[in-house]
Amino acid sequence: MAKRAKAFDLRQQPGFATMAMVTFFMLYLPMAALVVYAFNAGNSMAIWEGFSLRWFYSAASNERVQDAAMRSVIIATCAALIATIAATMAAIATTRTKPYRGLTFKYAFINQPLMVPEIVTAVALLIVFSRIKVWTGYSGLGFLIAAHSAFCIPFAYLPIRARLESMNLTLEQAAADLYATPWLAFRRITLPLLRPGIMAGFMLAFVVSLDDVVITEFVKSGGQDTLPTYMLGQLRRATTPEVNAIATVFLLFSVVLVTALFFVNRRKA
Amino acid sequence: MASAAERLDEHQRRDVRNRWLLSAPALVIVFLAAIGPLFVMVAYSFMVKGDYGDVRFGEFSLDGWFSVLFQRDIFDDTLGLADAHLSILWRSIRLSLITTALTLAFGFPTAYFIATRPPRAREIWVFLITIPFWTNLLIRTFAMQEVVRNEGILNTLMIWSGLVDQPVQIMYTDAAILFGMVYVYLPLMVLPLYASMEKLDFSLIEAGYDLYATRRRVLWRIILPLVRPGVIAGSILVFIPSLGAYVIPRVLGGGKNMMLGNLIELQFGAGRNWPLGAAISITVMLIVMLALLFYVRNATRSGAQHG
Repeated sequence: MAKRAKAFDLRQQPGFATMAMVTFFMLYLPMAALVVYAFNAGNSMAIWEGFSLRWFYSAASNERVQDAAMRSVIIATCAALIATIAATMAAIATTRTKPYRGLTFKYAFINQPLMVPEIVTAVALLIVFSRIKVWTGYSGLGFLIAAHSAFCIPFAYLPIRARLESMNLTLEQAAADLYATPWLAFRRITLPLLRPGIMAGFMLAFVVSLDDVVITEFVKSGGQDTLPTYMLGQLRRATTPEVNAIATVFLLFSVVLVTALFFVNRRKA
Repeated sequence: MASAAERLDEHQRRDVRNRWLLSAPALVIVFLAAIGPLFVMVAYSFMVKGDYGDVRFGEFSLDGWFSVLFQRDIFDDTLGLADAHLSILWRSIRLSLITTALTLAFGFPTAYFIATRPPRAREIWVFLITIPFWTNLLIRTFAMQEVVRNEGILNTLMIWSGLVDQPVQIMYTDAAILFGMVYVYLPLMVLPLYASMEKLDFSLIEAGYDLYATRRRVLWRIILPLVRPGVIAGSILVFIPSLGAYVIPRVLGGGKNMMLGNLIELQFGAGRNWPLGAAISITVMLIVMLALLFYVRNATRSGAQHG
């Protein structure tokens, strides 16, 4: 009887493991193909003509790619900074309290950018920003940074809020008992404890901003390509493996960031 | 002298006020660069279209909304249904539903597989799902292009195995869009499913087997009802971005196989009909809201059942 119970696995379902393996294989195969073709020596994406790094050199020395990469990093840094600061403040204001009027409203408001399809937000921003551009004559990166900050806020907010909810108020109350001002208690107690959450929030916001295609495509003025919109433009033309090379570097960067995030989270736990 | 209760009340009120001040920057940014523009867009959908894009500011018209579903014949001015728009609307809804079904078909076993690993291994498998999740959408779409194009993996494989002797045209068809959407949105299905399966109480499953249930019966009568909130959450998370997909149909679908996202872009570009573009956008948003409403209603109901 005991022997039979051991052989019978409660958790197993027939075919599920196979399906899972197929799924993981399908998730990584296309990306692997993309990376392999980045090392193609030939001029076309279609035919493999041997191993070479020429498209990486070609991408790195392409001025438009350099420009776009620079712009992507500037926008992502500014937007992630703004979003993280705003999200940290909002997280502190919406956690560790009895429910108060407007609390649910704040949740809904802050998470709104996640609820609406990107294309809808994108054209709405196009409408408003194009009018402001005409009225003020300003068409700089400010518009892109503002748009990115808004949709980065929910991504920065979630990990910070999660971290705050796992912290109790005892230490802050102890600090207050010892005559620390609220600001001092915040800087010496809350902030250091909150740091992993803030770091995770910043990194998520940074990646989300860096990856954005749709909103950037509609909000940008002429000559304001970011790396993703530059690639999107290239895909419409006859493509060379240079796009693969850019995508490969981009992919590598995302993987490194996500891995770092994984370890930040693990240390916390 | 204020009583203790009054002082406490005053203290609480100040706390709430401070909390509003603290959350103000986030609320203002989201209002200015996300929610506010949506209201402006609603206003734009009711204005007369400008000759070179934009609108004639302040001139009221229902033409934008009218042209979402109807069109006037160029020759005899009779009313007809806007067939092009309707077919794009239908294609978007159909492809989004199929995408949701397919991601569920692949995502469910995958999430279950992960949830039944030992805790240490689970982390690694979840990590393998999050990598594609956080990889640029454009790059993943582009990666799918490597699979479906004429000289791509799929055709090479089919020719090599003797299934076909000419490359099959998959690129620039609805099938390519479908491949792309399933590929890109699959992690969005697996993650919520996994979250609900992780909490699965296996003693209930054991009880099922003790009562002579078959594996299939346990799956349908015990596991599925228990993870229903995850199924609904995953389906919503996949359906919403699928319906508004713009990059995937643009890259994999070519010019002819438009979805709603591309139809919207067209109105703001070559179509020069901003009110119509705004009206279609709002239509998409309304469909999304209906889906969310459905989710909220179902989530609360299943919560009541088990709570």
